[in-house]
Amino acid sequence: MENLSKDSLKKNPEFPKDRLEICISGSGGQGILLAGIVLAKAALREGKNATQTQSYGPESRGGASRCEVVISRGEIDYPKIMKIDLLLALTQEALQKQLPNLRQDGSTIYDSVFVKEPPPGLKNFLAVPFTQIAIEKFQNVLVANMVALGALVGISHVVSRETVKTTLLSSVRQNFQEINLKALQRGFEEADRYLAEKEKK
Amino acid sequence: MAVADIQKYLRSNRLPHIWCPGCGNGIVLGGVLRGVDKLQLDPNKVVVVSGIGCSSRSAGYVDFNTLHTAHGRAIPFATGVKLARPDLTVIVITGDGDLAAIGGNHFIHAARRNMDLTVVVFNNSTYGMTSGQYSPLTPAGAIAATAPYGNLERAFDMGRLAEAAGATYVARSTTFHALQIPDLIVAAIQNKGFSLVEVIAGCPVYYGRMNKMSAPADMLKWQKENAVSVQQAGNMTPEQLKGKHIIGELFRRQAPEYTEEYGKLIQRFTQEKSRVS
Amino acid sequence: MSHVIPPVSAQAMLMQGNEACAQAALDVGMRFFAGYPITPSTEIAEALAERLPKVGGTFIQMEDEIASIGAILGASLAGRKSMTATSGPGFSLMQELIGLGCLCEIPCVIVNVQRGGPSTGLPTAPAQGDIMQARWGTHGDHPIVVLSPSSVTEMYELTVAAFNIAEALRNPVILLPDEIIAHMREKIQIPETIKIVDRLKPDQPPEKYKPYAIKEGELVPRLANFGEGYRFNVTSLIHDETGFPSGSPQVTETLLKRLMQKVESSRKEITFVESRDLEDARVVLFSCGSTVRSMKEAAREARQKGLKVGWIKTGTVWPFPDEVFQNLPPNVKTVLVCEMNLGMLVHEVRRSAPDRIRVESVAIANGCFITPQEIVSGIETVYEGGR
Repeated sequence: MENLSKDSLKKNPEFPKDRLEICISGSGGQGILLAGIVLAKAALREGKNATQTQSYGPESRGGASRCEVVISRGEIDYPKIMKIDLLLALTQEALQKQLPNLRQDGSTIYDSVFVKEPPPGLKNFLAVPFTQIAIEKFQNVLVANMVALGALVGISHVVSRETVKTTLLSSVRQNFQEINLKALQRGFEEADRYLAEKEKK
Repeated sequence: MAVADIQKYLRSNRLPHIWCPGCGNGIVLGGVLRGVDKLQLDPNKVVVVSGIGCSSRSAGYVDFNTLHTAHGRAIPFATGVKLARPDLTVIVITGDGDLAAIGGNHFIHAARRNMDLTVVVFNNSTYGMTSGQYSPLTPAGAIAATAPYGNLERAFDMGRLAEAAGATYVARSTTFHALQIPDLIVAAIQNKGFSLVEVIAGCPVYYGRMNKMSAPADMLKWQKENAVSVQQAGNMTPEQLKGKHIIGELFRRQAPEYTEEYGKLIQRFTQEKSRVS
Repeated sequence: MSHVIPPVSAQAMLMQGNEACAQAALDVGMRFFAGYPITPSTEIAEALAERLPKVGGTFIQMEDEIASIGAILGASLAGRKSMTATSGPGFSLMQELIGLGCLCEIPCVIVNVQRGGPSTGLPTAPAQGDIMQARWGTHGDHPIVVLSPSSVTEMYELTVAAFNIAEALRNPVILLPDEIIAHMREKIQIPETIKIVDRLKPDQPPEKYKPYAIKEGELVPRLANFGEGYRFNVTSLIHDETGFPSGSPQVTETLLKRLMQKVESSRKEITFVESRDLEDARVVLFSCGSTVRSMKEAAREARQKGLKVGWIKTGTVWPFPDEVFQNLPPNVKTVLVCEMNLGMLVHEVRRSAPDRIRVESVAIANGCFITPQEIVSGIETVYEGGR
């Protein structure tokens, strides 16, 4: 997971104007949109540019849902994904649907609760049971998105952990701030564990 | 004296009107103006909104703020005016086709909101301006340009429709009972909420001619013979009431009025703001 | 009459296009909104339902889109800056009363967030299929101004412009974003101050007042607001300067020509066009709305490939900016019109461009956001190896 452990924005010369394309995909109701918005807001907070778009069907709950975030130091013209650099997939279906659009050296994070059969040959991936953590640790399945966002930010450094924390606080209602923050923190821990293991190897 | 009373509300330079000899519209409009006169309303604070059709031409003849809109749409425009300026008295003048057919949905929703409008429907049982087609208020069996073998449809009872939809004042009269109209208008305007006044008016040229009432007097006789007061109707069986028009004040109730409710909402925020600052 | 005010919030933030529209409308003084829920415009109504009562304004959800535009026209006559927002099917329903607004000269703003059509079509997918309907949807000759934003910032700026133009010309103005711009979130820098134009009030006492009379050198009548002492008539029939119906051929012609002239004479002030790299371009791309974003990306890629490509984007769809194409430099051989429909703007470009210019199009109508790749391959097709 070479490119995940560095500041992707700085180090990847392939992207025009340091453009990074992130796809968060899953099922309606998994909080995909909020995760994408927090990520985009955090990028703005750091002086970067970001666009967030989404594709969805008629369902508010269930049904395929996709949130796209493009982050760049320069102006963003085309606001949607051309090739995914970083894929966060929260269902088996989402993973399979988005993989063909993943850049060859792109990275994948997925929820191992729902993704039972990761495609053979998948490279650069991190599997975490986000939903299980949300239920067991926080007794609230709704914060799985923040655990996942924590892992995504923790590993990719697309924005700093501090920034995403501050952004999250300003994006959710007061009585949900603590649990969301803890979930995010839990995601960072998953990232740390992963990075530490990587270091050992 | 009656003429002198309402002359000042008319734009005399816009007369003569377009209505045919024997048409009942003038009688209804006169009744509306007499009602306004009884209330001594400031003409600058009265808005008359109409749709399209013979009766809707009334807007051009009266010296208020007047708005002659599109077919069926008087009530939405009136809703906009009333919400923007709740202090104004808004009167909708409309016909049976304009209100009950193309404008039917707006009618029931304005009633449901109990929007403070006075809707006066000039019911001549036909589309006069387009030469006598049947409307939702044409009696079943009646002949019309588009019902040459008799109207197969049943007519709406606008009063009961308004009541069911949420209106807070409903009355009916006829041009034969012209003297009754002003008081019904007064009560309708005074009602803080959605008021409907239906006035059955003669169209001898189309409806009358096609239905063996081609003389204006025939139409008045028909109105007289088929009208039953609210009091009389109370003692009649449904069988006896068939084909009759119940006239007078039909319905009244209290309910929250939309612009007042919205005003309270605005008030709430104004108060919150003043508490903060 | 115009003045400059600081809007509520002047700072950089992440905002959705629809939110930016609602914010701009509030900043420019819109105080009456009537609408009916429809994807992908609903966020505008939701934001205004929450915020209008807090500033003393009025929000109402009407029973349909016809009622919605009827209500805003009524409210505008009573003095409020008014707006409605909808999408394709609702926009179709509004057409008759858009014409009423034009004929009766009632300022208002109609937002039509374009989605895939015809009919119910693709409710959540982007499209630009309402370009012609926005111009010609209502019956009869009529003037109209249609603005199309290509970013969240432009959604804000063009909403402000739409109200200012509506007030200045006393005409409905249509804001025509597409689903991409309406739903996209990106950085917006709300300006420190915005210019606000208010409708002119009559300068005659009520007894001398003619609502549709035009002062010498002006084209826009000074209508009073209802309830302010001027008891005048507004009619959807052809009318003379007194506001009463007229069937006179001369009155009709004078009125219709003046209405058209109002917009024509303001072309300069209401045309928002931007271009890049025209001076050496062989192929010039042209688009509006979200397509601009793909077009710019495509132009950059084409330049990287050594192709001499420039671009023109327009924020003003109607009146169509003919002059831009009439004045293209001689090096331009081809204009490639990019749009998310089966070819609408392209006809206007063909009409306005000189004969020497070849006009081709990349016309995509599949419910997907047009991609830079589609445009690049269009460029390669028309370029004719002229590197």
